[in-house]
Amino acid sequence: MVKMPGQNPPKIRIENVSYSYDGKPALRDVTLDIPANAITVLFGPAGGGKTTLLRLINRLNDLVEGTRMSGRVLLDGKDIYAPGTDVVALRRRIGMVFALPLPLPGTVRENVLYGPKLAGLRDQARLDEILFNSLQQAALWDEVKDRLDDPATTLSGGQQQRLCIARSLALEPEVLLLDEPTSGLDPISTGKVEESLFRLKHNYTIVIVPHSIQQAARVADMAAFLLMGELVECGPGSEIFVRPRDRRTEDYVTGRFG
Amino acid sequence: MDRQLKQKLGFVLLGVMAMIVVLPILFVIGSIVALGARAINWEFLTAMPRDGMKAGGILPAIVGTLILTSGTALVAIPIGVGGAIYLSEYARDTWLTRAIRLAIINLAGIPSVVYGLFGLGLFVLFLQFGTSILAGCLTLAIMTLPIIVSAAEEALRAVPVEFRTVIISLGGTRWQSVRYIVLPQALPGIITGIILGLLRAAGETAPILFTVAAFFLPRLPHSIFDQTMALPYHLYVISTQVPGMPLHIQHGTALVLLTLVLSMNLVASLIRSYYRRRRQW
Repeated sequence: MVKMPGQNPPKIRIENVSYSYDGKPALRDVTLDIPANAITVLFGPAGGGKTTLLRLINRLNDLVEGTRMSGRVLLDGKDIYAPGTDVVALRRRIGMVFALPLPLPGTVRENVLYGPKLAGLRDQARLDEILFNSLQQAALWDEVKDRLDDPATTLSGGQQQRLCIARSLALEPEVLLLDEPTSGLDPISTGKVEESLFRLKHNYTIVIVPHSIQQAARVADMAAFLLMGELVECGPGSEIFVRPRDRRTEDYVTGRFG
Repeated sequence: MDRQLKQKLGFVLLGVMAMIVVLPILFVIGSIVALGARAINWEFLTAMPRDGMKAGGILPAIVGTLILTSGTALVAIPIGVGGAIYLSEYARDTWLTRAIRLAIINLAGIPSVVYGLFGLGLFVLFLQFGTSILAGCLTLAIMTLPIIVSAAEEALRAVPVEFRTVIISLGGTRWQSVRYIVLPQALPGIITGIILGLLRAAGETAPILFTVAAFFLPRLPHSIFDQTMALPYHLYVISTQVPGMPLHIQHGTALVLLTLVLSMNLVASLIRSYYRRRRQW
């Protein structure tokens, strides 16, 4: 029997989160449950706060100056913004893939193994195992297995982006955040990335900012529509793209604005 | 005048100006080589000066300049690169960091003779290091610092910010992003800056004038509290202070100094072009 995504226990709970950059509000009182082992899509027009919300989940916005936040973000019921939280350990549990493929200087192998090495792992057999598993899960192993020691920049754009996914997976995280991961890719590469996401969701909680409404509809188990920092509506993807409850969601989904 | 003619005239004029930039360096190098080459021999490079510096070699000046440059590097590199890493990677934009930056800019604009006087006051007299290699190196290091800090900071900032974000998102610390990505990527730029800074230290006369340089000391220094001869000051001395000095010895000394400085410059350019070809971004 297929389990409905909404029935999974929430892996992440975003609770009354408001956020601003230099006094300009980016998120207003957002509350959202993100289920485990499903793909949750954050979609909406530009400037809606999708990326901000995504970056709050692994505290990447700590790097930005002049911001204010209120509310809580709970991972397995624990507030990740509570004082004394080990942010470095948190980021190992929550991987992030960026809009542009950003291979680090070095070879394919080095790129995948950056995370585990930063965490201090030196056991070669274990590293080899992680290398294989991560590339396999990112659907890249077959294409690069003979090029592991080539510079990562010699891969194609689509391969580089899957390499970045593999690099996040190498930390064996629980959550994978993706910020428009296919925005720079051609349709075939996009298809491959989406395919790997479908396989990954059995083991990971995935939150993605899609690069188009079509992609949102294709991959979403759960979907949340963000408009000017406000969460307008959220629910199973099968409902939100077919029978949106809110007028604004409907206008956006049907292409009346955006 | 029609447009074609104007165009041609413009090219010619600009070309001539470009030539004028090149001419002095050719002339300087050419005349020094022409007049000084015949002074260069094994004795000149390896012997002590004799006959009131009118004969013999310039070994103590060569060794002195090498010691002063190395000592300056020892002091200026860790402080300069460390400071640059702090400014580029850690410092937030506060009044304090703005004050530091302002200090660096102003430090770079201070005339070298003022550094010399400052070194005399602080290191030689107040801290009682005496006229010594230690005092000279510290003075030269202070003069070199702004060059190293600003070149290193610029090289660090040129490394794409995304690399740092990726390392942080992979559970790395800020220090790890510096250690494994930013510093190795910025290294060629930093090395170039260091060499350019040391180059200036090697060639300056005024900062060492009151702090370390010996007028005539026909032996090698024994400790860091010893004085030493140095090429730029020696050149000044034999060009202005000793009557009847043979011309080829003056130019020979200049040639040695020039070779030293230009070869450092060459190394800097080689490092830069080698790494630029290998860079992946």
